Amino acid sequence: MTLADLQFQMPDLRLASAEIFVLFMACVVLILDLFVRDRKRTVTFLATQLTLIGAAAVTLTTASNDVGFTFSNMYIADLLGDVLKLLLYLTVVVVLLYSRGYVLEREQMARGEYYVLALFATLGMMVMISANHFLSVYIGLELLSLSLYAMVAMNRDSVPATEAAMKYFVLGALASGLLLYGMSMIYGAVGTLELTAVAERLMSMGYQGERTILVFGLVFVVSGIAFKLGVVPFHMWIPDVYHGAPTAVTLFIATAPKLAAFAIVIRMLANGLLMLAQDWQTMLILLSVLSMAIGNIAAIAQTNLKRMLAYSAISHMGFMLLGIVTGVVGGDARFGLNAYSSSMFYVITYVLTSAGTFGIILLLARGGLESDDLDDLKGLNKRSPWFAAVMMMMMFSMAGIPFFVGFFAKFSVLQAVVAAGYLWLAITAVAFSLIGCFYYLRVVKIMYFDPPVNLAPIEAPIDMKILLSANGLAVAMLGIFPGRLMSVCHYTLARSLWL
Amino acid sequence: MSGTPLLSLAIWVPILAGLVVLATGSDRNAPLARMLSLIGALAGLLVTIPLYTGFDMSTPAMQFVELTPWIKGFNANYHLGVDGISMPFVILNSFITVTVVLAGWQVIESKVAQYNAGFLIMSGLLNGIFSALDGVLFYVFFEASLIPLYLIIGIWGGPRRVYAAFKFFLFTLFGSLLFLIALLYLYMQSGGSFAILDWHKMPLALNAQTWLFLAFLVAFAVKVPMWPVHTWLPDAHVEAPTGGSIVLAAIALKLGAYGFLRFSLPIAPDASHAMAGIVVGLSLIAIIYIGFVALVQDDMKKLVAYSSIAHMGFVTLGFFMFSALAIEGALVQMISHGFVSGAMFFSIGVMYDRAHSRQIADYGGVVNRMPKFAAFFMLFAMANAGLPATSGFVGEFMVILAAVGYNFWIAFAAATTMIVGAAYTLWMYKRVIFGAVSNHHVAELTDINPREFLVFVLFAVGTLAMGLYPQPFTEIMHSSVNELLRHVALSKIQ
Repeated sequence: MTLADLQFQMPDLRLASAEIFVLFMACVVLILDLFVRDRKRTVTFLATQLTLIGAAAVTLTTASNDVGFTFSNMYIADLLGDVLKLLLYLTVVVVLLYSRGYVLEREQMARGEYYVLALFATLGMMVMISANHFLSVYIGLELLSLSLYAMVAMNRDSVPATEAAMKYFVLGALASGLLLYGMSMIYGAVGTLELTAVAERLMSMGYQGERTILVFGLVFVVSGIAFKLGVVPFHMWIPDVYHGAPTAVTLFIATAPKLAAFAIVIRMLANGLLMLAQDWQTMLILLSVLSMAIGNIAAIAQTNLKRMLAYSAISHMGFMLLGIVTGVVGGDARFGLNAYSSSMFYVITYVLTSAGTFGIILLLARGGLESDDLDDLKGLNKRSPWFAAVMMMMMFSMAGIPFFVGFFAKFSVLQAVVAAGYLWLAITAVAFSLIGCFYYLRVVKIMYFDPPVNLAPIEAPIDMKILLSANGLAVAMLGIFPGRLMSVCHYTLARSLWL
Repeated sequence: MSGTPLLSLAIWVPILAGLVVLATGSDRNAPLARMLSLIGALAGLLVTIPLYTGFDMSTPAMQFVELTPWIKGFNANYHLGVDGISMPFVILNSFITVTVVLAGWQVIESKVAQYNAGFLIMSGLLNGIFSALDGVLFYVFFEASLIPLYLIIGIWGGPRRVYAAFKFFLFTLFGSLLFLIALLYLYMQSGGSFAILDWHKMPLALNAQTWLFLAFLVAFAVKVPMWPVHTWLPDAHVEAPTGGSIVLAAIALKLGAYGFLRFSLPIAPDASHAMAGIVVGLSLIAIIYIGFVALVQDDMKKLVAYSSIAHMGFVTLGFFMFSALAIEGALVQMISHGFVSGAMFFSIGVMYDRAHSRQIADYGGVVNRMPKFAAFFMLFAMANAGLPATSGFVGEFMVILAAVGYNFWIAFAAATTMIVGAAYTLWMYKRVIFGAVSNHHVAELTDINPREFLVFVLFAVGTLAMGLYPQPFTEIMHSSVNELLRHVALSKIQ
């Protein structure tokens, strides 16, 4: 390290202004909440939503087509970051709106901290999305995880929730340890933690040098990422946390962090460690196939809707990884852009669908009770044809049946897989989606073919009903016109990959 | 009428009508829902009539073509068009939709709006399948059409409806997923085109053709259905409400056969020739073995379901003999089967609505109570058995005639269906209709009402018209079939 490196430079704060804004506002909301007497915390809620909308405005004004670095290159500002952050704000806004009624009915959750934690989790994800350094990835991840641990445990008197938080924390800490250990190995081999520099040095070093240590570190990094994505065999926490956590928090965990996880996969593997693609692709292929297998098969056996969706999430993340593993074929990254953008499309549409699905569960959970058994959906078509239709669209979308967006998500990933020449992988993937189709169909069956047990009409605030309807229509409309969103993903990654 | 997007209308008019019907909501508005559905179905039929009147029979090219970019990233287009092979099915489908709406008029009392909307939406999707010229568009319609039928069987079906609905959905999905991989492979091979017509011209090695052919075969064989992947069909037919059975038999089964003509033969001609034996063998098994299976059924719907499989065996047999006569015969058989099987299922539905049984043993002497019904049922039973002057005869005769030129023993085996088909249909007819009134349920039967009469007349006109004067139908197909054969005769191996 030369002396010049040690000189302090004022970082370009403007590039990171969205993060700074959210951090500042999270502190403001925390203090503001002290003065709120209202048990409903309407002011806190509104302030949180306004923060997210404000952050979107900030991101929009600072967005540019150029790539910028700041904080000694620990932070990268590029189009991928901007697009994913905008989607992130939108997701969190929707999530908080969906969970509003649920949270109000639970005394221990109806506190300002819930919103502050959500903001800090958002900030953590923003840092992950814009990380250009192994340490910023780690810091963002920890900020997100710690907020989520607390959110899962917020409903203190609930035994399942406490248990879920405990499991989440212990396994999450282990995964963070793995990730950190892997990072340190890579640092040992390459001598830097900055992703741009790692990519450059790997390029100049080629495969010589510290290959053993590099791959050794890579194994740990991939394990850490796999844990955060929730793919087999690092998936153990997913069913328990999805099931045990309050549904509002499950909704949070099932949506926004997937975007951030996708971002760090792109930043660390597809950009930073592209030279090692052969190695991490082989690992991820295994994880992906296992996830699709175990996720889809185990989901069939579930009677709890949240648990079923947890296994479904595992299988979806496995499917998403198919796009990541087919980027580089025989040292040729020609297909990379196509493959990674198909994964990006998959993640975005999965988040959209997942939000709607958990939205329906929240819609049905009224009067302080959970409504997360499959049987609670019985005869939903009688109770509310429209919301049954929305849920049906979500299920068919997740199963990958057209005209719903999930079909095009699977389609674009499969197309990338076939383009890369992995025909057997494509056939495996469709075989497991066929198995997966069964349990989505079962949900439709329960809603449409079974007589209702509970005939109570569905009561929900009008804003939630409108938003949920819009969510359903978005799944259908994107299923008919997916082209625009696909182009956005393609364009974004074309500007942000270093292939 | 040039310039009017007729095919788009044929697709979207029923779908939009279906959404309007859905909006009528609860069963309090059932009469309104029925009325709107009928209007929607008639409008859907009306917009397809110019397809016939404006059709140019002299050219094998696609007509009424519409081409708009759809998904730019994949170079997938909203590309529609029909030729002599697909155009009749668009009209047949729109026609069947009208009969289905009428067939469920008084019978369906719960969730009327959803029921009718399901059929209208499906009608649009099916028209989309027959007119799509883009691989993605075809696939999207092909799979989306599973959803309405799944719901129709599951909501309004019989006691084992859930089992039947799942089996139907998963079987057909299984086939179409391999088809999807095949489409993606073709997309890569063609250098990024989803245009089906481009794929027709594309050279392919025999090995690739073989795999594509097998993928297509799985997809379409399940849909047709061919032995041994036919087991979903009897279950689906038995459990489905009458309207569901009609659409399933009259249109949905034709999708698989249509797929053979649009995909298998022109895209993989060399593999088609090489593997024709497999398809011919499976078709003969369907014709003979399934015919005997039909003979022993106690359930009328199951009997007609098995007879559908046997009749579709004729269709696939005709396709893989590679002669104009055989393919035209097979196409005539497909259309004829649309009328006849639809009418058969409607007849059984008429009896079921009154006596709530489909068991042959529960009937006997129906003619004493329902003479008008017995007369119509006789016509359709005869058509099903392939009696001359009905549409059922024309197609079978053409295929058998072509088979004689192809291989005598195949023709001989196929011709046994004339006997077996007559046996199971007429024996069933005899046991149900003739004889003395067997029990008090039959004694309470009432003859058909004007609505049912109307539906029967619609089916009867189709059946007799095709039987007495099939030329207008074959005329339409002629140049397209010849073009297809010319194409299939050329090797694609380079």
